[in-house]
Amino acid sequence: MRDISDIKDMRDALMAAIIDLAKAHPEVVFLDSDLSSCINSVPFAKEFPTRFFNCGIAEANMVGVAAGLSSMGFVPYAHSFGCFSSRRAYDQFFLSVNYAGQRVHLIGTDAGVTAQINGGTHMPLEDVGLMRLIPDLIIIDPSDTQSCYDLTLQAFESGHSSYTRLRRKGGTHRYAPGQVKLGKGNVLAEGKDLAIVATDEVIVNEAVKAVDLLKQKGISATLVDIHTVKPLDTELLDKVSKETGHVLVCENARYAGGLGEAVAAHLATTYPAKMDFVCVGERFGEVGKLDYLMKTFNLTAEDIAAKAEALAKR
Amino acid sequence: MLDKQIIESLEAKAKDIRISTIREIAHLGNGHIGGAMSIVEVLTYLYYHEMNIDPSNPKMEGRDRFVCSKGHAGPSVYATLAEKGYFPKDWLMTLNVGGTNLPSHCDMRKTPGIDFTTGSLGQGFSAAVGIALGQKLKGEKSYTYTIIGDGESQEGQIWEAAEFASTQKLGNLIAFTDFNRQQLDGYTADVINMDNIDTRWLGFNWHVQRINGHDYNQIADAIEKAKAVKCRPSMIILDTIKSKGYAPGEGIKANHSMAISPENEEYAISVLNGGAK
Repeated sequence: MRDISDIKDMRDALMAAIIDLAKAHPEVVFLDSDLSSCINSVPFAKEFPTRFFNCGIAEANMVGVAAGLSSMGFVPYAHSFGCFSSRRAYDQFFLSVNYAGQRVHLIGTDAGVTAQINGGTHMPLEDVGLMRLIPDLIIIDPSDTQSCYDLTLQAFESGHSSYTRLRRKGGTHRYAPGQVKLGKGNVLAEGKDLAIVATDEVIVNEAVKAVDLLKQKGISATLVDIHTVKPLDTELLDKVSKETGHVLVCENARYAGGLGEAVAAHLATTYPAKMDFVCVGERFGEVGKLDYLMKTFNLTAEDIAAKAEALAKR
Repeated sequence: MLDKQIIESLEAKAKDIRISTIREIAHLGNGHIGGAMSIVEVLTYLYYHEMNIDPSNPKMEGRDRFVCSKGHAGPSVYATLAEKGYFPKDWLMTLNVGGTNLPSHCDMRKTPGIDFTTGSLGQGFSAAVGIALGQKLKGEKSYTYTIIGDGESQEGQIWEAAEFASTQKLGNLIAFTDFNRQQLDGYTADVINMDNIDTRWLGFNWHVQRINGHDYNQIADAIEKAKAVKCRPSMIILDTIKSKGYAPGEGIKANHSMAISPENEEYAISVLNGGAK
């Protein structure tokens, strides 16, 4: 358990965890795809030069090589932007890694709209949906630096493969070490009118603000941080659905295949609630700064509060 | 040059493997006979003369590894593994039957002796590169052998892996291309131009040899030369005949995956046994 509150950026929290793992486990290796300055894997390369491989701009091969290394007993971390980790190397991650029973931790940076000025071509909005289709895969969308660090360690210990999506620069400090458990949501606020179920750092930040906006209007909301999209904390979802009867799911990803669908499909079989969704609808990504993108895709605290208010009154 | 006795023994094994391959596919009625039969000599040589392996301990540390990247050749790989004693020969009659340990394409989670799961063409090759890299990283003296198809070489991933393997100087990676000039839709020349395959690999900075893939002396010599090259991966291009040894499939266009009737099964085996052709 390590306090990493001195680390500012999400990417550095992730790399701190991987470097700590590499110190303790000689089988940990890192593969990058000509984006080592983007995720700042350079310190790993300096500390473990024989265990770092720059695979060049060839993501499919990178993931295939990672699968081969896994079969030799190594535990590879492989990185690209989320759009390429998921879309471009999907068949390799699906078959050579997961179908073949190998263990690779795939990283997709620039989650959702945080791709910002790289624009629509580089904006992973469908990665969650694609990854949810892979059996037994862990999917992490951390909401702060400490949870990013802690969950990376826990995913390693789990023995499963994982996909972690995160923004690179910038970060939030929300949790103390040890507060976050893989596969267990964290309740950030308790209310009686509705439950807001949120995932992803920039979205959870907006949801926290939305809870205050709602309070001003006399609406009390529960807020749950679902940092582990898979496996889903169904126990907690059942509880908040049963208690409030209204569930609003918020995410930095497409509706199709996203957390919203996962929560709705689960609750349909247990404690169905009145539901709504804050997410990216039937659209591709586009270029712009984060504040513009949050607004154009209707992901802001105001958007969340407006949908929450309407939902609570249904 | 290999001793005459060794060659005779390899030929006898290859005949058994071919007969088993025909029997297992014929038992179900159809399957990927063409590309399974064209690689039997190299499989036989690797498993009976070259690789450091132990059928009683399929996961032996430090062993040589083999990845059949053209995963649809599973039936002849299974026949080789069964002959070698990795699992009982009667398993061969379960090929592609629900619940089998011998699926159409090679699966490391199901079949003892399969070192990597393949089937989506191009992927096994990257995995083989990763395995060779892992052997090197562990300080093993072992080798990774892999076979890709000429049709499979149309996959972009092959060339991504090729440039990475030569950059990493993987002298312990010895690859074969089963250059049988045919793919599912017909002759490779009619689908995608595969000319200059040798110079393509040379351009990717591999050590390249081209041999008759059905000649044990040439296979032995090429592997010896490949092993002498320490800082470059090796590609040995095997000129082969698709469906070699399954007489009804040899020389015809549509021999990638075929139905095998009981009559053709018996006829092909009688030819292998020296009967009328």
